[in-house]
Amino acid sequence: MTIINFTPLSSLLGGLLIGLAVIIFFIGNGRIAGISGITNNFLFSTVNRLDNFLFLLGIILGPLLYQFFTEATIPFVIDGSLILLVSAGLLVGVGTAIGGGCTSGHGVCGISRFSLRSIVATLLFMIAAIVTVYVKGMI
Amino acid sequence: MNRFCSLVSGLVFGLGLTISGMTNPEKVINFLNVTRSWDPSLAFVMIGAIAASAPFFYLIKNKNKPWFAESFSWPTLKEIDSKLIVGSLLFGIGWGLIGLCPGPAIASISFMNPSSFTFILAMLAGFSLVRAYNLLK
Repeated sequence: MTIINFTPLSSLLGGLLIGLAVIIFFIGNGRIAGISGITNNFLFSTVNRLDNFLFLLGIILGPLLYQFFTEATIPFVIDGSLILLVSAGLLVGVGTAIGGGCTSGHGVCGISRFSLRSIVATLLFMIAAIVTVYVKGMI
Repeated sequence: MNRFCSLVSGLVFGLGLTISGMTNPEKVINFLNVTRSWDPSLAFVMIGAIAASAPFFYLIKNKNKPWFAESFSWPTLKEIDSKLIVGSLLFGIGWGLIGLCPGPAIASISFMNPSSFTFILAMLAGFSLVRAYNLLK
């Protein structure tokens, strides 16, 4: 194993901002900032639809705002055939809908509340993702 | 005010994802690639986010009302059931295949990248499948 592209400070700062966003959404609107749930609710529920839309819009505007102020290019390298992209998207959609959360809902908010359910979910999706990358690297 | 709050939290979330590097699927894959060339950075995203929000959730426990809404929506599910286990495993496999989870996927709309649009449409189709299954059940 070799360590590459290590950016602990910017990653920590970004993480703190994500935590701050979780705090703002909960103390302001009383809601958990779980992205899979918010996206799902935006699609299928009329409850809080405008709020869900504005939250998602904010996430999209985030990178643009960063680009505007820093004039830096944000790296975005995505590698995968059409079949792989569709399979991955379906698995993420179905999995987070069944499991009730993703990296933000279970991984950040749930662990921060010391929810055993979310700790189990996070361990499982981390292990599954690491094994997937390992297996994919062998093929 | 609650509208403004939603937009601001989304913006801060999106900025956080961008600064942390999580918006780049390649970096996510390098983070998950623990046995080969490993980029541990994204562990610090988790550490930073939890370091900020864990004390907050602890301190807010006994407050009964948020600023701009009637009540706090605390998650009520406690059970570790097969749905949680199977769902999380499927999500992990999908995440590992491409390196996108829902937050960075939404943020990537700003990059206008055809591959990420394909992923997002498939993800929304996944949400719809589960929704349809639950309605028919």
